[in-house]
Amino acid sequence: MDCEAWKAKLDTYLDGELSSEEMGTFDAHVRSCHSCAADALVRVQTKRAIQVAAKRFAPSAEFRKRMQQSIAPKPWRSFRPGWVFIAAAAVIVLVGAFSSTYLGTRSGREQAFSEIADLHVATLASSSPVDVISTDRHTVKPWFQGKIPFAFDLPELQNSEFSLLGGRITYLGQAPGAHLIYAVRKHEISVFLFQEGALRGKWGESSAAKKELSFNIATWSQGGLRYFVIGDASAADINNLAKLFKTTSS
Amino acid sequence: MPLFDQLYNFANWLTQNRAEAEDLVQETYAKALKGFSSFHTGTNFRAWMYRILRNTFLTSRTGLKAAMTVPLDPEEDGPALAVECATPETLLFERVNRDLLQRAIDELPVHFREILLLCDGEEMSYQEIGEALSIPIGTVMSRLSRARKTLRDRLRPKQGPTAGTTARGTNRGL
Repeated sequence: MDCEAWKAKLDTYLDGELSSEEMGTFDAHVRSCHSCAADALVRVQTKRAIQVAAKRFAPSAEFRKRMQQSIAPKPWRSFRPGWVFIAAAAVIVLVGAFSSTYLGTRSGREQAFSEIADLHVATLASSSPVDVISTDRHTVKPWFQGKIPFAFDLPELQNSEFSLLGGRITYLGQAPGAHLIYAVRKHEISVFLFQEGALRGKWGESSAAKKELSFNIATWSQGGLRYFVIGDASAADINNLAKLFKTTSS
Repeated sequence: MPLFDQLYNFANWLTQNRAEAEDLVQETYAKALKGFSSFHTGTNFRAWMYRILRNTFLTSRTGLKAAMTVPLDPEEDGPALAVECATPETLLFERVNRDLLQRAIDELPVHFREILLLCDGEEMSYQEIGEALSIPIGTVMSRLSRARKTLRDRLRPKQGPTAGTTARGTNRGL
């Protein structure tokens, strides 16, 4: 294939949309062809410039609040008084006595999942998602020293399809924690670590990836820390990354 | 609220009006909540939300106006032309700042603007873009290619000596 034919596919290549076989062949060609490499560089810069320019409008705090209020579940107001209500109330009191603890925990947990999802999305939408930018765990881990009140280990990623993009400090319910961002293919996955005791709400010891708010999320407790792995990648990817962390920390 | 910031940003790009964008986002979430039962597991949630927002936009007054003035859209363009030596992109990074790029994107026809923002802004895959815009992947590729070429062409005249003083105010990308 000559250069003109390659260049016709350059955007598709840079969008990561060629087949894996074609991507490999293109990689090899770009390494040996200065002209195509120069064009690729320019187009990558254009993509990045558009990406930055695209993040232009941010909602006002007032609109955000208005939206949150408008989509929050409305309290149930209408009821028919009478014996049906009294009987139902009695049942509710009985059931409530048994389930309030469970429901309270569950509701706190769902709220925390929602907050974790918000942290993940808001960070990825930010123009500077990470404060420490490095693919080297030996750079990222020490960066957290003195910034959060606990230490943790990061997994070795050689021979895995994950790559570390960087990290930042985060907060969940006023508890400080570490937020690490990993990439797998075109997906970005967040890993959050908090001190178990500092978080409100209770979670099970461990859970495999499950769907929450359209994201796949896994959480577990290990060594006094609570881990959350969340992203729009497949459940298998989330579980694989979680497994790497579990193996490293054990 | 998942995707709130991104949808708000995208709504502003489409409507080019803050109040309309707020209405559009509000309506999108209302429709999403109402129609959540029609969301099938396995469907891409992000693409689904963007599709609701875009369809809502297209049925709005501004959206209808935009749709009516969309030029004929032959999707069977030939292969993208190779980059010339002195490419618009090269000059872009020497002279064009972010504001100018944003203005150039603003002035793109809405069907080019949205596909460029979804691909390069939101980093959606072609599959996701196809789902969000309800078009086949082949159309995603050809439209994207023409959007990029149009953007390059639009940036070109602005790099002359009168750059910045010839902003076209009448073409709001429709």
